[in-house]
Amino acid sequence: MALDVVDQSATAGSDAVGNPSPIRRLLRPLLRWEGGLALVLVISVVGGSLLSPEFLTASNIFNLQLSIGEIAIMALPLTLIIISGEIDLSVASTLGLSSSVLGYLWLHHWSMGLIIIVVLALGALLGLFNGLLVTRLGLPSLAVTIGTLTLYSGIALIVLGSTIVSNFPLSYTNIGVNSVPGVDLSYSMLIFFILAILAAVLAHYTSFGRSIYAIGSSPEAAAYAGIRVKRVKTILFVLSGVVCALAGILFTFRLSTAEYNNGSGLELNAVSISLLAGVSIFGGRGTIVGVVLSVATLGVIQNALLLTSFPQQAMGVVIGGLLLVSVFVPNISLLRNYLRSRRLRSNAALVDDAGSNG
Amino acid sequence: MSTAIESSTQPVSASPVVPAERRATSLILRAREFGIFGVLFLFVLFTSIAQPRFLSLQNIKFILIDTTVFALLAIGETLVIVSRNVDLSVGSVLGVAAFVSSNLYQIDPGISIIVVFAVGIGVGLACGLGNGILVAFGKVPSLVVTLATLYIIRGLDVLIVGGNQVVANALPSSFLAVASGSVLGIPVISIIVAAMVLLAAYYLRNFRSGRDLYAIGSNPSAAQLVGIPTSKRVLIAFVISGALAGLAGVIWASYYGTINSTAGNGYELQVVAAVVVGGVAIFGGSGSVVGAAIGALLLNTINSALYVLGVSAFWDQAIAGLLLLVAISLDKGIASYLAKVLRGRSRNHGA
Repeated sequence: MALDVVDQSATAGSDAVGNPSPIRRLLRPLLRWEGGLALVLVISVVGGSLLSPEFLTASNIFNLQLSIGEIAIMALPLTLIIISGEIDLSVASTLGLSSSVLGYLWLHHWSMGLIIIVVLALGALLGLFNGLLVTRLGLPSLAVTIGTLTLYSGIALIVLGSTIVSNFPLSYTNIGVNSVPGVDLSYSMLIFFILAILAAVLAHYTSFGRSIYAIGSSPEAAAYAGIRVKRVKTILFVLSGVVCALAGILFTFRLSTAEYNNGSGLELNAVSISLLAGVSIFGGRGTIVGVVLSVATLGVIQNALLLTSFPQQAMGVVIGGLLLVSVFVPNISLLRNYLRSRRLRSNAALVDDAGSNG
Repeated sequence: MSTAIESSTQPVSASPVVPAERRATSLILRAREFGIFGVLFLFVLFTSIAQPRFLSLQNIKFILIDTTVFALLAIGETLVIVSRNVDLSVGSVLGVAAFVSSNLYQIDPGISIIVVFAVGIGVGLACGLGNGILVAFGKVPSLVVTLATLYIIRGLDVLIVGGNQVVANALPSSFLAVASGSVLGIPVISIIVAAMVLLAAYYLRNFRSGRDLYAIGSNPSAAQLVGIPTSKRVLIAFVISGALAGLAGVIWASYYGTINSTAGNGYELQVVAAVVVGGVAIFGGSGSVVGAAIGALLLNTINSALYVLGVSAFWDQAIAGLLLLVAISLDKGIASYLAKVLRGRSRNHGA
């Protein structure tokens, strides 16, 4: 009996590994996380177009891009940070502080070109501060960035107070709400795609990128392999700061408003995008393609639901539900393996018992 | 490491040293709580010298009531964080419990206050149970689970509340008195919550299931190996956290009187901040409920002090954030100093 079971599973196993049937070979890419995500995306696009005739119109798709652009941009460096085993919860505060400083300097008649340079440099500085606290003082990034989340939005409040700056010239605010000439693409989405390509190349095709995965899988092993763990992590935090500052500029132009609480609370949306993309919260796993798919999926689902007059504030049910599903699906295969190994073991034990009795 | 083992294998000479070591560590550990308390004391002293109005009964009462809600949340959050988990859903749980419980008065004005409290706590308990099952038996990281339930519960709250809200007029004075009643100027509810903090501290310190949480937080797999029912303990920590967030919701409703779907929005990170300022290690294994409660009190006191001192309210948040960073840096400093002292002692002893 026991032998039978073991034999079957053994042959099944060798089948799957060594000599997969053509159908399995065809299905394999789908079984990857990104495949599943693509499937969900297709289903939600079809569902959306069935739910509302407006869904597939150009103007709606453009609105969809606007609604998720900045969050999507922030999710890119955040994903790299999570892959390296850390987390950055200060992304939305960095966005907010950048937006506030932009507004403050504009109020003080600086030229926009100079302001943008200063704001991006500020973003780098904010990221550097996070990075140094995490790597040089060895503090947990979760606690550090909860601290800087509060600190940065607190500084934004000091900088701008209750002032709302909204006298930006149309030439800038148009960037926030108009499409790139010739294509139905928002500037934020265009920037997201460019950054996504850069991030994908960085993560998957450079030694720096591979070292991010190595660090996330095992910081000690990475250090012994000669990777400068602290420096890599610091660079990632600085990158995150710059990119979030850029998102802050776009956010300000889109709403044509600089306000101290711009973007507050978006940090958890950005984290959700990364996790839905199949990035492991423990680090070491995740792809940029996944992030792009996850941005699209989340954007489509939110947009489709809004068209059916689902209350926007209740959208959390959907985001949270997706998030839960996304962490449970990988565990199902683990559970199946576990149950199978237990069944095998108990079968073996039964036979052993029978043998000793006989 | 190896020197520590050496010293413990020499029982004769080790015995007089161990108590000394223990005394030193417990002194420093206690100093951590004293440290927060010292900061609080200095803060109150300085502020009240600069502005005597700070110590007016009315102002103290405001600070205490504000702290009450956060202290309740901090108790549950401490249990969860000590076990190397985190509960980000407390703000949402508070919100839904606040509405569902106080809304009972709009449905039936004559309903008993006990039922209202039971429903609030029950709602929180159910949420905590959901979190706990997902974390403990689903083997999914709590950060992700409670981030998801933060959204889900808040979303459900919005759907339940719809376009309504509970207004103070709809609430009987007996219910509103829960938060406003006081004895000798001290809010009754604060006294009750202070007692709960002490009770929780005693439980965590002296009960086996409480000690288990520290073991789990220090090293989950080792805890499992020595036979601690880790899943069960973690589940219970989440259930308690949920139930306390539910209770905090009812008190919140009684205090503010107006409840819509934004109640408790964003509280989760403030509670984690209070707990961490209070000396609870974010990755589990150490910290106390008393420390966390003092952390909550400190953050609220600072807010109030800045207000009384006439510092613009715009500075509150930045100072709270800075304080949090100082607290975790200090904590790290103390921990590594402690490790160095212990290592030094065992090395001296081994030689």
